[in-house]
Amino acid sequence: MTMPAPESGITKRVVLAAADMDRALTRIAHEILEANKGSADLILLGIPRRGFPLAQRLARKIAAVDDAVDPDLITGQLDVTMYRDDLRRNPTRSPQATQLPPSGIDDRVVVLVDDVLYSGRTIRAALDALADLGRPRIVRLAVLVDRGHRELPIRADHVGKNLPTSSRERVRVHLGEIDGLDGVAADEVVIEDRA
Amino acid sequence: MKHLLSTRDLSATSALRLLDVAEEMSAVGEREIKKLPALRGRTVVNLFFEDSTRTRISFEAAAKRLSADVINFAVKGSSVSKGESLKDTAQTLEAMSADAVVIRHPASGAPARLAASDWIDAAVINAGDGTHEHPTQALLDAFTLRRHWARIGGTPSAGTTLAGMKVLIVGDVLHSRVARSNVWLLTTLGAEVLLAGPPTLLPVGIASWPCTVFYDLDEAIAQRPDAVMMLRLQAERMNAAFFPSTREYSRRWGFDDGRLALLDIMGLDDTVIMHPGPMNRGLEISAAAADSPRSTILAQVRNGVSVRMAALYLLLSGDQHDDEPRDDGTRALPHDLPIPEGRTTR
Repeated sequence: MTMPAPESGITKRVVLAAADMDRALTRIAHEILEANKGSADLILLGIPRRGFPLAQRLARKIAAVDDAVDPDLITGQLDVTMYRDDLRRNPTRSPQATQLPPSGIDDRVVVLVDDVLYSGRTIRAALDALADLGRPRIVRLAVLVDRGHRELPIRADHVGKNLPTSSRERVRVHLGEIDGLDGVAADEVVIEDRA
Repeated sequence: MKHLLSTRDLSATSALRLLDVAEEMSAVGEREIKKLPALRGRTVVNLFFEDSTRTRISFEAAAKRLSADVINFAVKGSSVSKGESLKDTAQTLEAMSADAVVIRHPASGAPARLAASDWIDAAVINAGDGTHEHPTQALLDAFTLRRHWARIGGTPSAGTTLAGMKVLIVGDVLHSRVARSNVWLLTTLGAEVLLAGPPTLLPVGIASWPCTVFYDLDEAIAQRPDAVMMLRLQAERMNAAFFPSTREYSRRWGFDDGRLALLDIMGLDDTVIMHPGPMNRGLEISAAAADSPRSTILAQVRNGVSVRMAALYLLLSGDQHDDEPRDDGTRALPHDLPIPEGRTTR
């Protein structure tokens, strides 16, 4: 018997707690280093909003392993708003800032970082946005959660957790940097279902 | 936001959102590939019933940077010189399925007429109507002022308002749509606006405007403004004698070398000089003032493209107008259906 919250009619369950999320990110950081055979030419670009703090966390974990890495110099933010294919279907979105590391992305290994991989359309937009900014040698994709339901031929190279979901459900990622209230960390991944 | 007709009815929230989006758009102008695909396949028509260089070019550059198709419609050499009405011109553009119309017209209220009518479905952007408003100019002035204000305050531009800023607007306020749009927008954003000009060039009813009026330029400069905006003396709109001679105007109301030096003497190191262009050098502004490091005139032109990109993007993206099913079912009518005889307005 399901127990929907009486007022909202929405059930919530936590699928990744703070410690699970941290372990998943540690593993992804090591996978990135392994796939790249070290930290050479590595750039992590987060997709706003929650991809950017995730990219920063991954960069700090990489720096903890490799002393030669300065996390601030390999992290950036890539806004994809103006490249989306659904601009006319959804309410107007405000673009966010795009900030590239000082080295630029030409001939670098760029790892795109996002919180949830779903239809793949955001990543399609990100690839177009990247092409207008430079020509990376390799582009890889790291996501915290892959929830399936792809609509484009796109696959992540590094996945924190595969979550089989129904398309009726919503996957919400809460991060201390963005969702934390009064300095209380709120790291978790929640699945909401409208019952 | 469906149209951009005036800054008077623009809320602080929408104005700030537009300026924040413009901040992101300005980053595109510094890239190697200065183009975004956001408005691919949309058509923007520049409908100019009055001469303009920078505004039309600026709108054209903005639309092209967003990948929209641009049709320039200048009145000279068009059917308007054969006597075609605004309505017929608008319906022609509608038949060509324009998504946005950027209109400049010598009659105040022409863009509002176009927006309120059902002649055309497109978003209407006012690029200057008569002596009424020129909202995108005011927005680019506000954008330029905000960047300056944020730099002095050491804060990021995005999200900053103009609270605490004192802006002095000098000259021909009577004929200036730029002054009107700026008075409404800058006060909405929290700035204090001072106006200075000869009494013959200040409009009737100015006492009800949210600003202080000075009849002596030096007295106004003594209020220590953070920005001085010189207005162009609009000789083409002057069909009466508003002042004895241009030399007298220049001496009393021009920003000349003496007043430029005065800013230094007063220790107003952070005061900038603005001009919407085109300038009458030696008349309302001296060459030394226009070319001094205080001048933001070229920055204003550069920021114009970013602000107009933001306006086009905010008006043309999103689902709140075009794809919205309408209650009255007008959308269901094919656009090229002939309008029955004797039926002028629906």
